[in-house]
Amino acid sequence: MGQMVDLSRFQARGAETCFHGKHINPQIYAGLNGSNWSLRDYEARGGYAALRKILGQDGSEGMTPDAVIADVKLSALRGRGGAGFPTGLKWSFMPRQFPGQKYLVCNSDEGEPGTCKDRDILMYNPHAVIEGMTIAAYAMGIGVGYNYIHGEIFEVYERFEAALEEARAAGYLGSNIMGSPFGFQLHAHHGFGAYICGEETALLESLEGKKGQPRFKPPFPASFGLYGKPTTINNTETFAAVPWIIRNGGQAYLDVGKPNNGGTKIFSVVGDVNAPGNFEVPMGTPFSKLLELAGGVKGGTLKAVIPGGSSAPVLPAHIMMDMTMDYDAIAKAGSMLGSGAVIVMNDTRCMVKSLLRLSYFYQHESCGQCTPCREGTGWLWRMVDRIEKGQGRMEDLDLLNSVADNIQGRTICALGDAAAMPVRAMLKHFLDEFVHHIEHKTCVVPAYV
Amino acid sequence: MSPTVSEDTSYTLSEATAARFAREVAKYPADQRQSAVMACLSIVQQEEGWVSAAAERAVAAYLGMPPIAVAEVTTFYNMYNQKPVGKFKLNLCTNLPCQLRNGQQALEHLCRRLGVEEGGTTADGLFTVQKTVCLDACADAPVMLVNDRQMVSFMGPDRLDALVDQLKNEA
Repeated sequence: MGQMVDLSRFQARGAETCFHGKHINPQIYAGLNGSNWSLRDYEARGGYAALRKILGQDGSEGMTPDAVIADVKLSALRGRGGAGFPTGLKWSFMPRQFPGQKYLVCNSDEGEPGTCKDRDILMYNPHAVIEGMTIAAYAMGIGVGYNYIHGEIFEVYERFEAALEEARAAGYLGSNIMGSPFGFQLHAHHGFGAYICGEETALLESLEGKKGQPRFKPPFPASFGLYGKPTTINNTETFAAVPWIIRNGGQAYLDVGKPNNGGTKIFSVVGDVNAPGNFEVPMGTPFSKLLELAGGVKGGTLKAVIPGGSSAPVLPAHIMMDMTMDYDAIAKAGSMLGSGAVIVMNDTRCMVKSLLRLSYFYQHESCGQCTPCREGTGWLWRMVDRIEKGQGRMEDLDLLNSVADNIQGRTICALGDAAAMPVRAMLKHFLDEFVHHIEHKTCVVPAYV
Repeated sequence: MSPTVSEDTSYTLSEATAARFAREVAKYPADQRQSAVMACLSIVQQEEGWVSAAAERAVAAYLGMPPIAVAEVTTFYNMYNQKPVGKFKLNLCTNLPCQLRNGQQALEHLCRRLGVEEGGTTADGLFTVQKTVCLDACADAPVMLVNDRQMVSFMGPDRLDALVDQLKNEA
């Protein structure tokens, strides 16, 4: 009955993914070693200085909420969860003079296949998220917040709860923070296995104790969010970037990256690389450099990369090797930065089989609310499955595109698009492999499992 | 616990468990107790090994929800066990990033080692093996979750064997 056994010798300690010393000008992962996550260590790294600064508790006159938002706008910080929406602009949408409670929500339901960056932030630098959320709450006049943490990383949830206790005890959370009139209550909430809850309105439903089925928008969360109240939702990494911006200024953050693509970005480089892990690098770093940080391609030469989590369209090697890693460059190349998960595939990989895994995932995780997604994702999966098994028909190739077309843009949330885009991109770039499967009832690359 | 326990199993909410529930409920506005349902159900699962219909009714009564609304939550989220599982539930990820690092072979190895089909429970009631879709640890692949709350990483065949040995010894 849920017996706990000490399995620590089998557990990752972050050495491979976070403390490898290969980040370039890191801000969020800077100076971490796995044992310095606590409040005292965070303060020693300059933590909570940004909060002190805006509240005027460092001898300065403080910053007004408008000044905080202006600085975040100047920084060109964009949402790190997948959509890339400008953070300062999102914050400015919150009604300022709302009479009731407003809410702040952190989306730590990190479930986009390929991604594990927020896990390492929450585990090894949780106070950066707490400080970032508290600054955001001050800027938008919010009194209560929740951090919704992926259910499968329970130890990370417990770590975050421990960090919350520290912050409360030190007066960084609660009423009258650092003696100021500003108060902010923050709590942790865990999921329990539902990819869809990474979608912000599904997350709100889940936070209310319901099935995680997305809401129709509008109304947007800024006017009708948690418990029907104005709510702002940002990703973990987005919040964690905020203290650095306030300490160093929005212009300094923008200067680290590229115009319209400010700051650093944490990429999870996974799959066929020699040293998979999280790498924090300036926006606009060439993909070739990122690949080098991850130890280069393992087991063959580079064939393809899914550059932004499994929902992003796959790109062939020659496009990737000429591309920089930022929102605009990846969009221009025909894919998206998404959550920053970079799934690398070598030339022994069968693209039909790879797509089969993804199609299984999306039909499994469709919440069932919209017919095009509920029916279409299952249909896509069954077609890819029969092609993979050598039972495909040539007309299935057109049908795959047709079903994808009839899902994309016809659902309440983006899961339908996320299921359709990989199918279309795989057919666009690797059509010959699908044709070969249908004609020869076998893979182009027989070694693949 | 035998995998054939009837759904009519009774459930009594103990004082200790109610105290754990109360700690979760306190996070939310007084008129939003339902927000604690996911945490309460996961506490039940940790203590009982699964979530029975009787336990759902107890959670519903505690939070002031209709039992069907609790059942909707139990059935929607992947990690709730709607029937008893082995003493150790092992969830191995086989999604694409894990598959590229031999997640599928790890699953097959584990099933062979324990003599179960994927989704099944060993005859001694010790282990249930399930494949899963994304544990948020893709760079540590192959990854596995033990009883919902402990993640183990880089689980190639040798480490899987060592882990099974340890769990058998300490069961």
